[in-house]
Amino acid sequence: MNRAEIVLETRNLSMHFGGVRAVDRVDFSLSENELRCLIGPNGAGKSTFFKCLTGQLRPTAGEVLIRDVDVTGREPHQIGALGVGIKTQVPNVFEGLTTEENIWISARRWHRSSRARTLTAETIERLQLGDVRSEPVGRLAHGQRQWVELGMVVAAEPWLVLLDEPAAGMTHEETVRTAELIREINRTAALIVVEHDMQFIRMISRRVTLFHEGGILMEDTMEAISADARARQVYLGHRA
Amino acid sequence: MDLVVSLALQILYGIANLALISLGLAIIFGMMRVINLAHGEFLMLGGYTVVIATNNGVNIWIAMLVLAPLVVGVIGVVVERLLIRWLYGRMIDTLLATWGLSLLFIGLVTSIFGASTATTISPPLGVITIGAYTSSGYEMFLIVVTVLLLVAVYATLKLTTLGLVARGTMQNAEMSSALGVSTSRIYMITFGLGAAVTGLAGGLLAPITGILPTIGAVYIAKAFITVISGGMAILAGTATASVLLGGVNGIVAFLTGPTIGEVALLVTAIILLRLMPRGITGTLFRKSL
Amino acid sequence: MRLSRDFRGTLIVAFCGLAFTLVAPEVLEFFTIITLSQVIGLAILALSLALVWGFGGILCFGQTAFFGLGAYAYAVTATNIGGSTGAILMAILVAAAFAAILGYFIFYGRVSDVYLAIITLTVALILYSLTRRTSGPEYKIGNALLGGFNGTAAPPLNLPGDAGTVLFPEDTFYVAMIVLILAYVFCCWLVRTHFGRVCIAIRENETRAELLAYDIRLYKLGIFTIGAALAGLGGVFFCVGVSRVTPDVFSLSQAAVAIIWVIVGGRGTLIGPILATFALHYLTASLGSQALLNANLVLGIVLIVFVLLVPKGVVPSIIDLADIRRQRRVARSRERRLRLRRTRNGSESAGVAE
Repeated sequence: MNRAEIVLETRNLSMHFGGVRAVDRVDFSLSENELRCLIGPNGAGKSTFFKCLTGQLRPTAGEVLIRDVDVTGREPHQIGALGVGIKTQVPNVFEGLTTEENIWISARRWHRSSRARTLTAETIERLQLGDVRSEPVGRLAHGQRQWVELGMVVAAEPWLVLLDEPAAGMTHEETVRTAELIREINRTAALIVVEHDMQFIRMISRRVTLFHEGGILMEDTMEAISADARARQVYLGHRA
Repeated sequence: MDLVVSLALQILYGIANLALISLGLAIIFGMMRVINLAHGEFLMLGGYTVVIATNNGVNIWIAMLVLAPLVVGVIGVVVERLLIRWLYGRMIDTLLATWGLSLLFIGLVTSIFGASTATTISPPLGVITIGAYTSSGYEMFLIVVTVLLLVAVYATLKLTTLGLVARGTMQNAEMSSALGVSTSRIYMITFGLGAAVTGLAGGLLAPITGILPTIGAVYIAKAFITVISGGMAILAGTATASVLLGGVNGIVAFLTGPTIGEVALLVTAIILLRLMPRGITGTLFRKSL
Repeated sequence: MRLSRDFRGTLIVAFCGLAFTLVAPEVLEFFTIITLSQVIGLAILALSLALVWGFGGILCFGQTAFFGLGAYAYAVTATNIGGSTGAILMAILVAAAFAAILGYFIFYGRVSDVYLAIITLTVALILYSLTRRTSGPEYKIGNALLGGFNGTAAPPLNLPGDAGTVLFPEDTFYVAMIVLILAYVFCCWLVRTHFGRVCIAIRENETRAELLAYDIRLYKLGIFTIGAALAGLGGVFFCVGVSRVTPDVFSLSQAAVAIIWVIVGGRGTLIGPILATFALHYLTASLGSQALLNANLVLGIVLIVFVLLVPKGVVPSIIDLADIRRQRRVARSRERRLRLRRTRNGSESAGVAE
């Protein structure tokens, strides 16, 4: 891989909780315009790894580099300020504010008032949230709240996007639309998507990283991973 | 040398005093994550119990050591049943409700006994002479009582079933309710126990400070600081924070006078919380009681 | 559209305030006007807490610390320089600077909200016991004796740049009212700015705001400091109204009443706590000094009842109620229309059957 193309990289990244090595010496890299899925059974360490990237956790050892800048241990807002869009596993929205206000807060971080307003309108249009524009987000259905959160990510026009389980709790139709949206985002941004739903991953991904016991077990296409004996072992072994 | 011993005793008393006025608050905070803003009034009610009982011919030791914790403990249980239990899980509303309770108690006691000082009782036990210096025997007695009280709470937490459940609740509130223990009952007992310990403290301090309906305000600032500096662990938190804050307060007060001593205590606590936002036991000694 | 409707509300309130300002001295007794100046100071305190707690989501139990510091700073400065204009600025400055330093430790330490409530309250209480200890002649700042629990005299307001022309009580009332109205309009404007909206967003969800690249510590520190400056300004009018400032401004019960105004008026509104201040002040004043139902008792009951039964406060509850009634009315008229259509259709089909 050409070094100049790498937008996010971890070196020897580790996160230990007491004696538990949730993430253990992970070397990972993502290149420009890539769309990468992180998969793995529960407890494989992918969510912890994700939180180390977003600054929600301070890694025990190792480093995280975004465009060759060492961002290890920085606060989430400092990571966000680099132009990184983040969606967490638990839906994080401003419950008491309307859909429009939620998205406006995101757009306004980067743009002057008038541009923020048009960007908000465009985002609402793009995500088909027009019907619930003036509804407080706390009153929306789970799937719609996820969409509002995605809307906030999109409205910031990030060049690197980190999504933790974006399709969780969505209906099939919503999942399909989310997959479309993610491919669309991928035209202008590199993405990392943590996901459980294999069907969803098949819809969006080219390259998949399989986590197991805090480390990377393999990196390949979804087809290759599905066919791989070790990967099956990881999932079956977990189920058993 | 005499000066050193006398000063050491003075600082030791300052530490014991902090621990004594904070322990009941710490019990409730450690178990229920709730700061009881009526804590000062529980102290005040303990004091009134002692004053009224002794005025009616009850032996002062019985009034302080038996009646004060009993009366205030019962009040605590009643308060928990009538008020606090409606607010489980609403942390901020619980704080506000206990604040309302604080005002209510002040108002009630003022209506009944008047706003001025009730009859004072002089501290029992005389003075102790250390060379050229004297020390109050009653203060020495309070140091001993505080140590015994800490030991008693330790034993309760370590040896009894209640203590076992309490430790479980301190680690994880959901866990103990999953074990089939009624959280509601535990909270009632906790609140009662915390109130009883507070009542005892209030009773013991009544001879030193005198008694007013608003006397609670004198203690609470220090008690609050001690408990939040200490963190969740009831005993380790109270003990470490009392030693640290009491020590700083005592030394600075000796060097510059009580006013600056109190400022030093507050500044120490604020800097401490900048470094350890969850209190001492939120960062150090995390597995302690 | 929403924005303009909100703004219209602000203007209406401001005009009502203005009308009250003009009418009050005509109809109220002189003594009441004097007392009103203090109450206006308290109302500004309530407004500041409404801003910090209701919109910033910062549970500041010790807002009176800044209020009292403002009052003391005003009294001491005015006594020393002999004019009130610089003293007012000093009051705002002292309160804001103190809050900025305290807030740095609190917000950059990421202290949780229960801790924050207790720390701010403790700061107020420590100031209470400190100021009470300043009774000796050695406790003086310039010419101003701090005076222990008797407090220190607060000079009256004068015309800016003319220390000799002291304002009459009516004039002080006018000034105080206009400052209150301006402060209210300022707060209404502030919560609609980008800054204000981010503060509200932080109240709703800190994590999300952080992930959107907002430094929440800085925003919280900002609104906390602005709130403190306002509280300091409130302190000025309070002590001018009383013509003294005593340690009681820092007392536990003063801190409690500030919280009660906001609880009763409602978190998330700015006018609610202001009105609650006037109403509750009137209530406690009318209880007077009679022994049986003293103010603490009543305020304690009010606080408990509101927390248990009206946790949102009066103004938001009224708005909710109006919303529900409006929705019901809309639903009812829609239903009526439907029924009408149905009966019409029904009669038509009945006609067909015949």
